[in-house]
This record gives sequence, C-alpha cells and structure tokens, in this order.
Amino acid sequence: MNMIKVFWAFIQKEVYHILRDRRTLLILFGMPIAQVLIFGFAVTNEFKNANIDILDHAKDQTSQKLIRHVTSSGHFKINRMLLAEHEMESGFKSGKTDLIMVIPADFSKDLYTWDQAEIQLIADGSDPNMANALEQYAKAMINGFLFQEFKQSAKPYLIGIETRMLYNPLLESAYNFIPGTIALILLIISAMMTSLTIAREKEQGTMEILLVSPLPPLLIILGKVAPYAILSFIDAVLILIMGYFIFDVPVTGSVILLLLLCMVYVITALSLGTLISTTSETQQDAMMKSLIGLLMPSTLLSGFIFPLTSMPEILQYIGHIIPATYFIEILKGVMLRGVGIEYILFEVGMLLFMIVAFLTLTWKKFKIRLE
Amino acid sequence: MPAIEVNNTSRTYGKVQALNSISLSVEYGELFGLIGPDGAGKSTLFRILTTLLLADTGTASVAGHDVVQSYRQIRKEVGYMPGRFSLYQDLTVEENLRFFATIFNTTIEENYNLIKDIYEQIEPFKKRPAGKLSGGMKQKLALSCALIHKPKVLFLDEPTTGVDAVSRQEFWDMLKNLKEKGIAILVSTPYMDEASLCDRIALIQSGKILQTDTPEEIVKSYPSPLYAIRSNNNYELLKVLRDKNYTKSALPFGEYLHLATHTSMGVDEIISTLNTGNYPDLEIKPIKPDIEDLFLELSREV
Amino acid sequence: MNSYSIEVENLTKKFGEFTAVDNISFKVAKGEIFGFLGANGAGKTTAMRMLTGLSKPTSGQGTVAGFNVIRDHEKIKTRIGYMSQKFSLYEDLTVRQNIRLFGGIYGLSNQEIREKSETILHDLRLSEVSSKLVAALPLGWKQRLAFAISMIHDPDIVFLDEPTGGVDPFVRRQFWEAIYEAAGHGRTIFVTTHYLDEAEYCDRVSIMVSGRIEALDTPTNLKKQFNASTMDNVFVKLVR
Repeated sequence: MNMIKVFWAFIQKEVYHILRDRRTLLILFGMPIAQVLIFGFAVTNEFKNANIDILDHAKDQTSQKLIRHVTSSGHFKINRMLLAEHEMESGFKSGKTDLIMVIPADFSKDLYTWDQAEIQLIADGSDPNMANALEQYAKAMINGFLFQEFKQSAKPYLIGIETRMLYNPLLESAYNFIPGTIALILLIISAMMTSLTIAREKEQGTMEILLVSPLPPLLIILGKVAPYAILSFIDAVLILIMGYFIFDVPVTGSVILLLLLCMVYVITALSLGTLISTTSETQQDAMMKSLIGLLMPSTLLSGFIFPLTSMPEILQYIGHIIPATYFIEILKGVMLRGVGIEYILFEVGMLLFMIVAFLTLTWKKFKIRLE
Repeated sequence: MPAIEVNNTSRTYGKVQALNSISLSVEYGELFGLIGPDGAGKSTLFRILTTLLLADTGTASVAGHDVVQSYRQIRKEVGYMPGRFSLYQDLTVEENLRFFATIFNTTIEENYNLIKDIYEQIEPFKKRPAGKLSGGMKQKLALSCALIHKPKVLFLDEPTTGVDAVSRQEFWDMLKNLKEKGIAILVSTPYMDEASLCDRIALIQSGKILQTDTPEEIVKSYPSPLYAIRSNNNYELLKVLRDKNYTKSALPFGEYLHLATHTSMGVDEIISTLNTGNYPDLEIKPIKPDIEDLFLELSREV
Repeated sequence: MNSYSIEVENLTKKFGEFTAVDNISFKVAKGEIFGFLGANGAGKTTAMRMLTGLSKPTSGQGTVAGFNVIRDHEKIKTRIGYMSQKFSLYEDLTVRQNIRLFGGIYGLSNQEIREKSETILHDLRLSEVSSKLVAALPLGWKQRLAFAISMIHDPDIVFLDEPTGGVDPFVRRQFWEAIYEAAGHGRTIFVTTHYLDEAEYCDRVSIMVSGRIEALDTPTNLKKQFNASTMDNVFVKLVR
C-alpha cells in the first residue's frame, strides 16, 4: 500500500485534532510563552534596583569611585548613606534595605599600600537566597571595580566568586533559566502531549479501529509523533528567540548545533512519551504518569532549580537518568559557554542512548492487539 | 468455506470466564445475530474475531484466514464497528470517512456505490463534527466508515444500543441490503426484539451459547404452554400465580404477565383458580412465545 | 390532601435561544409508575432536573411532592429519591458502607441507619455479603441495592434515570418487581428512559419529542391510538 499517502492522511488528522482543541493549542504555545516570561521577569526583577545602604567610613576619592561603580550597574540603588553603625539595623527592620556595604576608614590606604582591603557586606539572612544572590552581585561589582582600577586580577580574597558564575560574569539570572525552561517545555510538549494523544485514541475506542486496519503499528506511532516533533521544535526556537530579544540571552555557540541538539532532545522526549502511552489506557493515567514520572523529577532533579551536587546520593543517581539533566548541560555549554560538540559528547551520547532504549521498549510493548 | 468459523473458543479474564467453549459459523450473505445481555461475552468474541484479542483455547477463522496466524490479512478484509461510538469526534463527517478510506488504502469514490444509500442520509451534515451528530447519524457514519474498504465480513458490536427506535429500524433495513451484496454480517444486540430480524441467531449468556438457530425454530423449541395475563393489579396477581402448583414460571412482561404452565390448560381453567373479584378487568389469552420467553427459559436452566 | 405527586403546568426551560423543554403539562398520581420517554436530546434530562429541583424553570408552574418547583426546590430534594444507571453506588465501598453513607447524606440518625441497614440487607438477602465491596456484586444485585438505597429516607417519589438498559432479561424482571412493590406501598415511580420496551411496564407513559410531550396515556391506549403493536412502533409513527 502507499505508505506515504497513508502517513500524510494520518498527519493531517493529527493537525486537525490539534487545531480544533483550544486546550492543546494553549499548552503548545501559551505555556512556553507564559513560562518564559514569568520565569524571566520574576528572576530578573529581584536583581534590579536592590536597595543598598552604604556606611562609608573612608569618605575619600577611592571609596566614592567604588560606590559609583557599584551603583552604576543598575542592580543597586542607594537607599541611604549611613553615618554610624547603630543606624544599620533600622533599614533591615523596616524592609527598605536589602544590603549594606561598609567601607572601612583605611580603605584606600590598605588597598594601595598593602594590596588588600576589606569591605564588609551585610545582607538580610531571613531570605537566604536573595541575600546570597545580592552578595554575589555586590562581590562581582567590587571585583569589577578592582579590575578597572588595577587592570589586573584583584586580590585573592576579594575574588571569592564561585566558579559557576564564571561564564555569567554579570550574573544575569535569565541566562540560567532559559536552558532549564527549554528543557522542561520540550519535555512537557513532546512527552506528555504525545502520551495523552495516544491514550485519547485508546479511551475513545478509535485505537481499536486503527488496529483492525492494515496500518502497521510503526506508522501509527510515527504518525502520532511527527506533528508534535515539529511543534516542539517550533517551541524551542520560540523560546530561544524570546530569550534573545527580551532577556538578552545570547547564543554564544553555533546556532545550527544548538537546533540540531534540540531536535535530538525532542526525539528523546517523544520516544519517552510513546513509551508512557503504551502503559496507559486512559488520558488520566497518561497524565498522572507524565506529571509524576517526568515533570516532577525533571523540575527538581535535573539541576534546573537545585544543583545536583548538593543532593543526597540517591537523588543524584535519579537525576542522572533524566534526559533533562543532560540537555540542560548541553544548552549551558552551547548557549552560554559557546563550546563545540567535542565538549558535550558525553551528554549527547547519553541522549542518543536513551532514544534507542526508549524506542526499543516501546517497540516491544506496543501491542498489535488489545491485551 | 464459511465467512466466520469459531470452534470451541474460550477466553478468561482473570477469574471471569468471558467465553466458554463457543462454536458457530456464519455464511457469506448471512445476517447472524448474537443475542444476549451486557456482560454475556459478545464483545469478547468480536475482539477475538477482529484479531484484537487472543483466545485461550479453540480456533477461529474469518474470511478463510486464521485469526492468530493471518491477522494482517483479516485486518484488510473485515469491517468493524466497536460497541461504543469510535470515530474522531472532532473531525467532520467527511474527514472521518476520508481518513478511514485512506488508512484502508482506498478512496471514498472507489467504493461509493456500497455506502451510497447510507452516506446520502448524512451527507447534508458532512461538514459537521462527528461528535455533534445525533445517535442515529453517528451510527450511520460509523457504518459507512466500516464499509468504506468493501469488507467481506462485517462485525457490528451492539450497533443499535442507545439509538432511537426510528434509527434502529432504518439501520436494520440497511443491514438487509448489505447482506444481499454477499457480505457476511455478525451483529450483536441486547434487544431480544431485534432477534427476529436476523437470518440466524445465537442466544448467549455468561459466555455460553444457549442455542443457535433461525429465530422461528428457536421460538418453536419453547417447551411449555404460555399465557399472557393482565389485570388492574399485576404485581399481586404475579405473587398469587407463583403459588399455584400448575405454574412453571410467571414473569412480568410489560403490561402483561407471562404464565408458563406445566400442562396445557384452558383459559377458563386458569380463571377458575383465581379470585376474580379482586381483578375486575382480568384478561387471559394463550400466546406464542417470543425470543425473550425462550431466553428466560434457557437462562433459568444455566 | 392532593392526590397527585407531581403536577406541572406549562413548564418551560430555555437556554438562550434554544428551548429545551417547551410548555409541558402533566400530572402523576400517588403510587403511579410513570414512564417519561424520548430519544436522547428530546429534553428528558432537562425536564427531570426541573422536577428534582436541580434546575430552575424559565416559566411555568408545578409542585413535586407538594412543594413548589420554583420556591421550595430545596425541600423537594428531601422528599425524592434518585437512582441512575450511570451512577448510584460507590463501587469501592462495601454494601454496608454504602447504606451508611447515603443514610448519612439524607440526615438519618445513627439508630435509623442501623435499622434501615438491617431491613435492606434482610429484604434483599444481602446480609452475607454486607461487608463485600459493591464492585464484587452481580449487576442485578447492585441495581436492587441502589434502588433500595434511593428509598432509604422514605421518599414520596423515586426518580429512575435509565434504570435497566442492556441488562439481563431476568435481572430486569426482578428489578421491575421491586419497582412494583415500591409502587404498591404508595410510592410514586418516575422512570426516564429511551428504551421503549421499558415503557410497557409503566402505568402511563409520556413521549417527548423536541422538548414537547407529544403523547401521554397508558401503553395500551397509545398502541391503540397509533394502531401499533409495540411501543417502538408507537414512537416510530409519532416521529414520522
């Protein structure tokens, strides 16, 4: 029989399904846009115009220069200039102050004579994440100042910036969440939507008719998967474009390589989706399995929100069998560090291995009959 | 070679014996009815014959092909309408038909003459999503889709359930036309009154075939004299009749009660045993049994 | 005292432009088995929702169990029972738990629930399986249990929504006998169904077509009126 024609008819049918269901459309296009915007603005807003109080004991040219440097970034806005130590606490208590920088009286002397000066940063520990982030920002600013002043690396104790910030010198948080968002969205659309649409055919009884037709099972799977592969890919591009234009997230590496790897990940997620659908009889079933088995671990254990290294060992192991973990690494590599394929061979290899494994399992589990 | 042949086929689901050593055969051009209530095993048999399920024991062939070995061939040559409406609700009438034509590697135009009579009735609504059709129209669309590849054997699992009386009658007329084109049709229904519209029927209950024959022969096998009785208080009368020693069975049958007696009795004889003062409008008449009477009789023995 | 359980006049329900129920009027006597027939989409469900106090009529008047369908719809709910083929019992609860649950829902005291439980279990001969899950019971038993539970609060009227579609002919008869018995005790039975053969068991039937009641009489009279042998034929002739 004419497979191409049959396949095309199948795709056409899927497109009708997608176009006629507002909820599917909303998930396909509304969700990625909303998620990128929410993550983007929520994360970036935290670090714009944070209120800083400054207690400047030095009050000399160098300290003025430092203060200008810190505030010129746009991340910090001077709330108050403090005159004495006892004024410090009130700002935190009233919630108007996010960070206090204390410049000692001997600041410039220490710096120019002894090559080391101390600056004290005091943050509100009641919000540790925020405090930590602000501290990192301020440190980066101070380092920047030293760099500018001495045109060389600053004093060792002042560079105390963790290496994970290395490729994100301005600490733009938007950089980090874009890879995570792409990984999640593609997973939801590819894996969850395909498993749902196959489960829907079973639930409605149409799978019964498809099976009692001369359609080869492989064609049923491919016909279901192909439209979502294309849509997922469009979503990936959409997110990248939004990241670039709205949040200034660059693609440092090769765009073609990036898109190619997105495709690899999409196929991984789709094969996972078809695998889920072979074990689900109803849409509800498929939904629960996707949410609990895919979405939750991918959000929590992929290193998207919490770094994997700080997790208990068992969770780290689980983290390492999640496709998103590898894909986030790939994205960070290609997008932010600008590396070529040679640096991410292991991650790409893992994704390819997963594709083969999932498809083999699907192939074995897909039933030519109903039982 | 018959169109459908089933030999000693059994199938269990866990502990439930869905089919218990079923045997039957259906010829081309025959309209064969599988009559029995929900849970009797009708759908299980359909799924075995359409190659969707494997039987535990027994053999079966459809259109000359073994249901296990030659399932691919069977899938090309049969039409199947599952128990519930199984088309794409969000696709229009025309889109559904075109899709099913394509996956069976044909076109609407190629076999249009086969579905023409049926499809013409729903053609005015061809741009309407299938989910928005009435029960009767859905059923006609489903039948059109099942016929579009010109199958040799047609499996219709409870096609008239939930369909209004007018559409039911039209549907049976269509089936009559189809069988005249040489198609073998196996149809199941829980409605006993539809049995008489089939060429031959098998009464099925709890996975067992109670009897197979033409509807006429089946009712002839009813063993007892039968009377229809009606009064202004049927329920009380029913209890009274059940206590009589001439009664074999007494069951409500719509407005009437059907009384089966051990030996043939005159109407007056029965009346004489009743306190007629209690039943001013008493009506008793001997009647011919119908399929339902026989089904009740047979299922009592199981 | 009113001898009718249900009395409605010109009851109408519109959804926007669409008139689902169009000016229906009828009376149902106490202890009567009333069949409410019509094809799917004829307006049966909407009409029944108005009678059970779930939906407010657009216009018209009526009383159910002596209460006004517009003003006293909450009171109606306490005097009616409801059973449908689709949902009636919780399959994952035991027989006894189901009885207890519905007794509780209808505000019976613990003492009453205990007594009712024993009566129901005894009458239906279900005592031995009282701690089994409902899911494990045969369909016929489930149906009769659901029917008994729908009457746990001694309602004046029981609404049966498509009660016996597709079931075993024998089971169906057992169920109708249970209905006859309930009616014999003076309870009104209101059966909605699109199975026309069910109609033959009713004292009187109404047939709804496109929101209107097009026929209402005893099955015998209807068959005579339409010169038909079965209710199926009555329906076919009515529609054509």
